[in-house]
Amino acid sequence: MQKLDILNGNKAAAIGAALARPAVIAAYPITPQTPVVEYLTEFAANGEIDAAMSEVESELSAMSVVTGASLAGARTFTATASQGLALMYEPYFRASTLRLPIVMAVVNREMISPQSVWGGQQDSMSVRDAGWLQMYAEDNQEILDMVVQAFKIAEDERVLLPINICFDGFYLSHMTERVLIPEQEKVDEFLGVYQPKHILLDPQKPMAVDPLTNGGLLMEYRYRHLQAQQAAIEVLEETDKLYGQAFGRTYGGAIEQYRMEDAEYVLITTGSMSGAAKEAVDIQRNRGIKAGLVRMRLLRPFPQKQVCAALKKAKAFGVVDKNVSFGWNTGIVYQEVKSALYEEHLCIPSVPVIGGLGGEDISIRMMEECIDAIKKAADEQKSSETIWLTV
Amino acid sequence: MKEIRIHGRGGMGAVKAAEALVYAAIMDGNSIPFFGFERQGAPVTAFIRISEQPIRPKNRVYEPHMVIVLDPTIMNAVDVFEGLQKNGSLILNTSQAMEHLTLPETVKTLACVDATKIAQEVIGRPITNTVMLGAFCKATGLVSVEAVAQRVEQLWGTKNKEALYRGYDAAVVAER
Repeated sequence: MQKLDILNGNKAAAIGAALARPAVIAAYPITPQTPVVEYLTEFAANGEIDAAMSEVESELSAMSVVTGASLAGARTFTATASQGLALMYEPYFRASTLRLPIVMAVVNREMISPQSVWGGQQDSMSVRDAGWLQMYAEDNQEILDMVVQAFKIAEDERVLLPINICFDGFYLSHMTERVLIPEQEKVDEFLGVYQPKHILLDPQKPMAVDPLTNGGLLMEYRYRHLQAQQAAIEVLEETDKLYGQAFGRTYGGAIEQYRMEDAEYVLITTGSMSGAAKEAVDIQRNRGIKAGLVRMRLLRPFPQKQVCAALKKAKAFGVVDKNVSFGWNTGIVYQEVKSALYEEHLCIPSVPVIGGLGGEDISIRMMEECIDAIKKAADEQKSSETIWLTV
Repeated sequence: MKEIRIHGRGGMGAVKAAEALVYAAIMDGNSIPFFGFERQGAPVTAFIRISEQPIRPKNRVYEPHMVIVLDPTIMNAVDVFEGLQKNGSLILNTSQAMEHLTLPETVKTLACVDATKIAQEVIGRPITNTVMLGAFCKATGLVSVEAVAQRVEQLWGTKNKEALYRGYDAAVVAER
């Protein structure tokens, strides 16, 4: 039987990681991720997990330690947020280009300046092009389930890439709700043991890693890396089904669709704001407005086909971004969705929305207003200027 | 779905009280703390949602059915009645008699208890969260005091459990 508990998002992530039995964990505390490190350290101190817990002096070291451990064949886990992720950037890039299936939780927090410790998805979204897989969770159950699934997806031979499981700082990390904890034996069976064949440091069988490489070969590495990212979409969908069979919960793969069957006005969200958005969709449906919601679970690789298929019959769409795309006067996910639609010649009016920066709340009413703006864009056949919530 | 807002100050356990309540609720529930700059004495707000259905919103509560005030002086700094729904409940830590209070019309059920005094007597410190949870259980009947007591004892020991029951017994509940 799965155990019912009341967990905050950080504890859900820590338990998910513990269930995967990583051999090495290295992490440095930073608000709002700190409890993840505290819980894992406590599990290790109590002998509840066998992982070698490396208490490093910075995030740069945390990522470097898990990189080394992963090269030596270990299953590894780490977690960070915001400036911590920024400090990891050099080994962060290297971990993906070395094709190391490291799992890292990112407890989304605003980037400074000005100083802020609160939510916002600027941190992980700003490094979306560093070769990792990136997923975003909506609630604490999904955090736990996705941390477990992340190991299976990352370690799949068709993928072999590191993965971020991202969740909103405070809104999930410090929010408590009911969570079902899967049985350890069944997780063991679900994940199996990580046995790297592509890269492995072994004193008995020496190999050179990262020698000076010419452009021709480097091009091939990148080509295969991008192919592997694309393969992750299928692997994610398979993993979602297998997880459903084993534990009774599925999430729908790369995107989640809510009331999309006949939806004309489509709201697109990422992370914990999606709950308020679903309420707003229901409210608008009760008014006779054919609203629907697409929740981006996977940002990297970007699930272009899935997004195009979902929006095929839409009259207009809007994207609520908890981040900004510097250089565009919009958020990041909005630009990604627009790019995706070009492939299918889907040129429909759209509404870019920016909200929730620095921990600002995104209310149900704001989501209703976003749907109103999407309908207006459809009626007028004209895309809107960026809407800044609470500005 | 019932939505509840707790007002306290840093160090009074508003967030922990919310978590204990959600744990004790048999129904589905979630609790969302709103942190400011965390420091002792600064106003802190925590939100709770309790429902028999899965709870989707993870954002703040704007129109609570119930408000719990852990510290009477917070009312000078924060509008604790903001958004309170009609026929709302107010669970108030106060040393004043009910008839001396000025309250908006939205407050239908009122529960008063001198939680600071009880907390000082039982715990030796003005940490009022468990006393106020007792008053909340009595006034609303939403969560059983036994279930909360079990969780409180597990988290903070027998003295806090005693404080909870003292709050339950001492709370004066009135319909307006």
